[in-house]
Amino acid sequence: MNTAADAQHPARDVVLAARDIVKTYGGTRALKGVNFEIHRGEVTTLFGENGAGKSTLMKILSGVEQPTSGQIELEGEPVSFATTTEARDHGIAIIHQELSLAPNLSVRDNIYLGREITHGGRVDFAEETRRTAALLEDMHLDVSPSALVGDLRVGQQQIVEIARALSIDARILIMDEPTSALAAKEVEILFGIIDELTARGVSLVYISHHLEEALQVTDHAVVLRDGSMTARGRREEIDLDWIVRHMVGENFDLGSPPRGHEFGESVLRIEDLTVRDPENPERAVVDGVSLEVREGEIVCVYGLMGAGRTEMLEAVAGRGEIAGGRVLLRGEDIAAQSLRERLSRGIGLVPEDRQRDGLVQTMTVGQNLTLASIKQFLHRGFTSRRAEEDLATGLIKDVTVKAPGPGVGIGSLSGGNQQKVVIGKVLATRPDVMLLDEPSRGIDIGAKAEVFGLLAERAREGLAVLYSTSEIDECFSIAHRIVVLRRGSISAEFGPDAAKADVMAASGEVVTS
Amino acid sequence: MNSTAAGTAPRKLDISKLLIESRAFLALALIIVIFSLLSPNFLTVNNLLIMSSHVAIFALLSLGQLLVVLTGGIDLSVGSILGFTAVIAGFLLRGVPISMFGVTLYPNVPAAVLIAIVLGGALGLINGVLVAKFKVAPFVATLGMLYVVRGFALLMTNGRTLNDLSGDEALGNTGFEWLGFNRVLGIPAGVLIMAVIALVIAVVLGRTTFGRWLYATGGNERAAQLSGVPVRSVTIWVYVVSGLCSAVAGIILASTLTSASPTAGNTYELTAIAGVVIGGAALSGGRGTVRGTLLGAFVIGFLSDGLVLIGVSAYWQTVFVGAVIVVAVLLNTLQYGRPGKASRAGRKTGGAGTPGEPGGPGEAGGPSGPRAPSDPGGSSESAEPAAPAGPAGSAGPRSPSSD
Repeated sequence: MNTAADAQHPARDVVLAARDIVKTYGGTRALKGVNFEIHRGEVTTLFGENGAGKSTLMKILSGVEQPTSGQIELEGEPVSFATTTEARDHGIAIIHQELSLAPNLSVRDNIYLGREITHGGRVDFAEETRRTAALLEDMHLDVSPSALVGDLRVGQQQIVEIARALSIDARILIMDEPTSALAAKEVEILFGIIDELTARGVSLVYISHHLEEALQVTDHAVVLRDGSMTARGRREEIDLDWIVRHMVGENFDLGSPPRGHEFGESVLRIEDLTVRDPENPERAVVDGVSLEVREGEIVCVYGLMGAGRTEMLEAVAGRGEIAGGRVLLRGEDIAAQSLRERLSRGIGLVPEDRQRDGLVQTMTVGQNLTLASIKQFLHRGFTSRRAEEDLATGLIKDVTVKAPGPGVGIGSLSGGNQQKVVIGKVLATRPDVMLLDEPSRGIDIGAKAEVFGLLAERAREGLAVLYSTSEIDECFSIAHRIVVLRRGSISAEFGPDAAKADVMAASGEVVTS
Repeated sequence: MNSTAAGTAPRKLDISKLLIESRAFLALALIIVIFSLLSPNFLTVNNLLIMSSHVAIFALLSLGQLLVVLTGGIDLSVGSILGFTAVIAGFLLRGVPISMFGVTLYPNVPAAVLIAIVLGGALGLINGVLVAKFKVAPFVATLGMLYVVRGFALLMTNGRTLNDLSGDEALGNTGFEWLGFNRVLGIPAGVLIMAVIALVIAVVLGRTTFGRWLYATGGNERAAQLSGVPVRSVTIWVYVVSGLCSAVAGIILASTLTSASPTAGNTYELTAIAGVVIGGAALSGGRGTVRGTLLGAFVIGFLSDGLVLIGVSAYWQTVFVGAVIVVAVLLNTLQYGRPGKASRAGRKTGGAGTPGEPGGPGEAGGPSGPRAPSDPGGSSESAEPAAPAGPAGSAGPRSPSSD
């Protein structure tokens, strides 16, 4: 079992080590035997593309999930965490990408939530307040312990979350994309805090898509790709090139954009589209975006998380409010139409989160596939079971869903096949434009290739595709044109032969020097 | 790295799954067997028909409730709407004095019934608009309606029961009791009405666009919306239908008693919900069938009538019904996982008991009571449980009937 003991075994400064961690979900192997070490008082950064297994690994280290096989060692002793509470008792805290604070409670109550300081059953609020104030001062956060968390800015909430982790004397702190919601100034503060923490002997695991930013704080880099560790190195041995090279690797060939067909007329035209942040109307999440997609053309919208891709696609599809600009479908302004009207006129959206927005979990594969096109199997106002089954079976074949038949529950399919069901549902409406929001998220590389094949085929038949992604390689495998979105605006536009580094630079991910 | 762990082992639970899925049917069979052994009068055609006509009232409420529950909502106002519409019908049949002209208007029976039913639908519409448009939590919106409507029923009657609704030949408003007393082909009219409504709802759920929209809305509202389902109007309509069903139940009840009590239907909303739950519907929405709901209503109805028949006190009935509800919910938990996790698709194996599986029209007919429509009145008239026995034995219709 413990074959990885050859790695400079219990090196004095290794606090936490993962040995041969394997994690499978159904048939998918998310982690394929990862070895990973965290050093005392250092920042270890995990690099990897979406789906490389970073989050899964962190969930295992923090007790959210259990490994299928493999071992975790804390200070050289094997440990296992059945729950996050157990991990916390061992001094491991995780700060998730999505904050887990209760907005209706005060900063103090959040920090001591579940571990209130009590005397004889009564909470000692004074003591809690005092300690919270001290913690916040450490964090250079100028808010009152009794302020409601919901009233704080996201960046401040992030720091409260860190304060909470520290209040339990965390020895190991895992931060998953901590800067994605932070302003530049807040990032500086966070990095200052990280320096102070490491000086105190706290070990950090840091995950970020902002490679450059991560390089500023990291002492140690580990790169994951497709569930395996591909490289590791100390800060002085590595640079951006090294990271990107190991992240991307010799690629599984996803093919190249479909060629040999002419683009038709313009189908979708977006003019000066502006969408405001519903929580902060001052901020435009999509800021004056204009673009056009022609028949048969696949346009990639590339950008980091939070660049406004989702908001843009949803605004085009008819969800969420448009603050300004026009959306033209074959020359006609449809900005005032409902999502339902737009869908029937030929704009279909494959949403980012298929569990939340794409699938009805209580329904079968067939019912999900045909949900948006019930009209097609109505006879005299009633659904025809035969026609429905024919339609569903045809769609299953069309989008190559691996399912025994349309009658099985949607939950029994793998992520990739579920995604194909969502795509099939939109295709069933015979759209003119298909919007896909990170459709490859959480699906394996084989399914990804199949999805790409499907899109290429449809594009040849004249479908206009607007494809949003944060994975650079996808752009080059599928796009006729790459539009880079950065902080809500288009920062650059490239053809299919652009240099990868240039595209990444335009998104703000890597700064070419 | 989503939670879509594929369910790879759906096989091994087959037998227990079968038991769980057909639990309402098994429970009903059990009740019939046990009470037949305890009382020779239980399993007679006449008694079954009488019990079925009691069940019809609850079944109608449960059917409307089922639609609401399928969207993930709840309708607490059905009992009050039942009482209110009964009072409205009674009020109209006893004549509407129009003081300006010094005359009293006597609408005929169909007009009175129609007005009452439309009013029930209108109250449901208010519920629906509150929930769908103003985003009031269903529990709260319909709780408010429960109080307001009950209050109006009491105000209109000063708290007294409106008796003698049989009308007057001279005024041309006779025949109201037909619904409650008459039989068609030996089957009580109320049972027939329930069967027809059940059939219509089963067809709507299984064979129409609206039905599919309804299951999708309850299963995942966001996904339904993105698939072009008009979630808001679907939600409004289910409350309207629930209001209509309550009104029909109210009319049948008033007709059975030829009187309308402003307190009629008190706590019936709970019985209606219990029927839906025993029938296997998930309160989180998206799962449930007409067949199951009818079975659930029959389980409760036969259980309470059977207990009356063998002379068990009304207080014990309450205990038994409560126990059945809890067991049913426990089994629901086994079938669907914890309610809160209902939306996490991944873990459920094979999406057990998919509701949308269009059961077709056949789904409704089955359990609706009368197994032997012929041979009416052949058996003893003996132990006839009084008016529709509220399972909770509370302020039900029993008292007003003898005023």
